[in-house]
Amino acid sequence: MRHHDGPPADLAVVGAGPAGMAAAVEAARAGLAVVLVDSGARLGGQYYRHAPEGFHARRPGALHHGFRRFTRMAAALDASGAEVRLGRRVWAVEKVTGPGEDDLVAVHCLAGERDERRETVLARRLLIATGAHDRPLPFPGWDLPGVFTAGGAQALLKGDLVVAGRTVVVAGTGPFLLPVAAGLAAAGARVAGVFEANGRFGLAPAVLAHPGKLVEAAGYARRLAAHRVPYLGRHAVVAAHGGDELTHVTVARLGRDWTPGARRTIECDALAVGYGFVPQIELATQLGCATRGGGDGPAVVVDEGMRTSVPGVYAAGEPTGVGGAELAEVEGGIAGRALAADLGRDAGRAPGSARRRAALTAFAAAMTRAYPVRDGWQGWLLDDTLICRCEEVPYARIKEARALGATDARSLKLLARPGMGWCQGRMCGYAVARLAGEDPAPPRRPIAQPVRLGDLAGEPGPPDFAGPPEPAGRPDFAAGEDPR
Amino acid sequence: MADVVVVGAGVVGAACAYYAARAGLSVTVVDRGAVASGTTGAGEGNILVSDKEPGPELELSLLSNRLWRELADLGGFEFEAKGGLVVAETPEILDALTALAGKQELHGVRHTPVAAGELHGYEPHLAHGLAGGAFYPQDAQVQPMLAAARLLQHAPGAVVRTGVTVTGLLRDGDRVTGVRTDHGDIAAGAVVNAAGTWGGEVAALAGLDLPILPRRGFVLVTEPAAGRLGVPLVRHKVYTAAYVTDVASDSAGLSASAVVEGTPAGPILIGASRERVGHDRTTSIPVLETLARQAVALFPVLAARRVIRAYCGFRPYCPDHLPVIGADPRAPGLYHACGHEGAGIGLAPATGHLIAGLLTGAAPAFDATPFRPERFAA
Repeated sequence: MRHHDGPPADLAVVGAGPAGMAAAVEAARAGLAVVLVDSGARLGGQYYRHAPEGFHARRPGALHHGFRRFTRMAAALDASGAEVRLGRRVWAVEKVTGPGEDDLVAVHCLAGERDERRETVLARRLLIATGAHDRPLPFPGWDLPGVFTAGGAQALLKGDLVVAGRTVVVAGTGPFLLPVAAGLAAAGARVAGVFEANGRFGLAPAVLAHPGKLVEAAGYARRLAAHRVPYLGRHAVVAAHGGDELTHVTVARLGRDWTPGARRTIECDALAVGYGFVPQIELATQLGCATRGGGDGPAVVVDEGMRTSVPGVYAAGEPTGVGGAELAEVEGGIAGRALAADLGRDAGRAPGSARRRAALTAFAAAMTRAYPVRDGWQGWLLDDTLICRCEEVPYARIKEARALGATDARSLKLLARPGMGWCQGRMCGYAVARLAGEDPAPPRRPIAQPVRLGDLAGEPGPPDFAGPPEPAGRPDFAAGEDPR
Repeated sequence: MADVVVVGAGVVGAACAYYAARAGLSVTVVDRGAVASGTTGAGEGNILVSDKEPGPELELSLLSNRLWRELADLGGFEFEAKGGLVVAETPEILDALTALAGKQELHGVRHTPVAAGELHGYEPHLAHGLAGGAFYPQDAQVQPMLAAARLLQHAPGAVVRTGVTVTGLLRDGDRVTGVRTDHGDIAAGAVVNAAGTWGGEVAALAGLDLPILPRRGFVLVTEPAAGRLGVPLVRHKVYTAAYVTDVASDSAGLSASAVVEGTPAGPILIGASRERVGHDRTTSIPVLETLARQAVALFPVLAARRVIRAYCGFRPYCPDHLPVIGADPRAPGLYHACGHEGAGIGLAPATGHLIAGLLTGAAPAFDATPFRPERFAA
C-alpha cells in the first residue's frame, strides 16, 4: 500500500444522487468533513436529473416525481457544510496509508471535460453511491439512430428538455416504462404504445401492500389514459427498422418465456427501450468488496449500517441492489449516520429508517420477481445483430466462439471480443452472460473510466489538438448510460 | 479409455493436445473453466526470442518460433510476424544489448543493429534521445485465446471437456492411470499436467511437490489507435532493454518495463508488470501508473490516448524461471507441461511437441533435461 501525505477528509462520497446526497447531509451535519463527488454537472444523479438554469425551464420540477424533495435536499446539503465537487469522473479507488500510518481511501478522479486533469480525494471513509445503469437487450436494429435506452430518453427529457422524437414507442419491462412514457407524452410526443414484455399487473399484490406506490402507479395510468396511450402486456419490440434512422418497429406478442408470436409494425421515429437496471459496482469490486448475485445482477453486500466487507468502505442505493430513489435515500441516510457513529460522532437517530429500508427492499424484490427478463429474447436475434456495439460483434461471431469452446461469459469475451471496448461491457454484459447461459459475474474494471495515458502516468499530457479522438464503433451513449 | 488426458485448456494444454493427437493418440482435454480462461486469457500473445539469454529456454523458444510459423497456416488466431524492436536508453545499455544480441546470434537469433538515427525508420513515433537498439525479425504475436481454441479445434479427434474439475488422480500403485473429476473418472494411459499457475495443485494430487507460484502482471489497453493514413501507431513489439533483466529478476516487489504493441483489432497493449502477491486481483494503481509512465516515455504520442481498460493475470513461475516439461519419474504416467512464467504463449508449441514425442517414444528434438520435473526435489 502506498503512502499519501495530503490532509484527508473524513468521508468521500461518490455519487450525488438520492443516496449520496442523503448520506453527505447526515454525515456533514454530524460534524464530519465530507467531500461529495459526481460526474454530472449538477446534483441529483439520474433520478433528479434536471435542466441547467440557463434553460429557463418555467417549472423545473414539472417532469419530476418528488422534485420538491430534491430542492429540500439540495438546500440541506448546502447548509450542511459538505464540499461538493461536480464534473469529477472517478476512474479508480485505492486503499492507501496516511500521514499517521492510518488506513485511507484515495478516490482518483478526472476533473473537467476537454481539458481534464487528475485529482485525488483522500478520505478516512468511502461511501459508494454510484447508482445503476440501463440494462438493454440486443435486437435487430437496436443500433439505429432514434433508438434510446429508456433511461437515456428520460435523461434527455429531464436534463436537456429534449423530446426523443415526434412519435415514440416505449418498450421493455418494469414500472420505469410508465414515467418515461408519461413524461414523453406530457412533453408533446405522440406515444404510439407502451409494450411491457411481462404481464402488466405482475406487481399488483405488492403495490396494494404499499399505498404510496399505489398512488404513484395510479397517477401514471391516469396520465397515459389521458393521452390515449395504449399499454400492452406480453408484447415486445423485437426489431427496429430504417435506413439511416428509425422509421418503424416490429412488435410481437410474447409467449411466457418471451418467444415471439404474432407480429405487426408500428411507425415511429423514436424508440425508448429498457429492461431494467444493473447496479454500478466496479469501484466496490476494485477494493475487493464482497458481492452477491441474484436480483438485477451482482450487488454489494452490506450490513445494517451499509458497511461493506472491506473496512472503511460503505455502499448505499442501487449498488446494494436496484430499489429506486426512495430506498436509495433511506439507505443514504442510514449510511451517513452509521459513518458518523463509526467515527465517534453523535449522528442523532432516525427511528423507523431500518424498518422503511426493509419494507422498500421487500418491494424491490417483489418488483424483480414480477418483471424478470426471460431468455426468449435470444430468439429475436439475427446473425448480423450486433451484441456488442463498441467492438461491433455480431451474434454470428458469438455462435462461432461458442463452437470454439467458449462456454462462459469470460471466454466468449476472450474469443469474440464483446465487452472489450469503450464501455467495458456495461451495455452488453447482461446479454453476453445470458448467451453463455450464466448470470452476470461481478464486474472487473481496474480502470472504471477511460483515462489518458498521460494522466495515468501522473504528468500533464500534451494538448489534444484534434479533440478527443472518436474511436470507430463507439456507441452513442444516451445520457442515461452515464457510467458514473 | 483415452491414450492421454490433458489437464488444462490453455495454450500449453492445447498445444500438447494438438501434437499428441497429430501423432495418432486419442486425447481428452479437461479444464475446470473454459478454453483459455486462465493465464492464456490474460496474455498479450508474445512470441519472443529477443528477450532470452542463451540457454535451454532460448532453444525451446527457437523451436517454438519455427512451429508457430507452421501453425499459422491453420489460420484464425491473428499470427503476426511483426518483429520486435528493443531500444536502449543509454550508451551503456546499448553496449549490453549489443553484446547480448551477439551471443544470441550464435544460437540462431537473427537481429539487425539499429543506430539512434535509424530508430524512427522502424517506429516513427518513438521518443527522441534513445541511444539505439536492435531489431529482432523473428519476434511475433498471436491472439492467445484464439490460438488455444484453434489448436484444440485442429487436434484430430480430441475431446474437450470444459467446466470439469480434476479432483484426484487414478492410481495403480505408483502409476497414474487417469483423472478423477467432479463429472466422473476418466481412465487414460497418461496424464499431462498443463494447469499453468495451478500446476502445483495438480502435482499435489499425486503427492508431489512442484513449486509453481503466481507472478501477477497488469496489462493496459488503449482505445483503438491508428496513426495517419491508417498506419498503426506502433508497428512492432517495442520494449526497452531493461525488460530482459526484469524477466530474470528474483524480486518479489514490483518490477516493470513496458512492452508496447499494436493489435489487429486496433487497441495498443501495454504490458509486463511483475509482482509476487499471490492470486490477489485487487487493482494496484501504482503499477498501472508505472506502466503508463514507461509507455509514454517510449511513445510520447500515447500521452493523449486513452486507456479504456486494464486487466491482470498470473504467470506461473518456478524458482529457476524455467518451465517444467517432461515425465515425472516419481509418478509414472504423469507428465508435466507448466510453469512457463510469462512466456507460455511463445513456448507452447515446442512444449506440446516435446510432450507428444515423450508420449509416443519419438526421438526428442533436443535435450529437455533442464526442464525435468524432479529437479526441485531436495
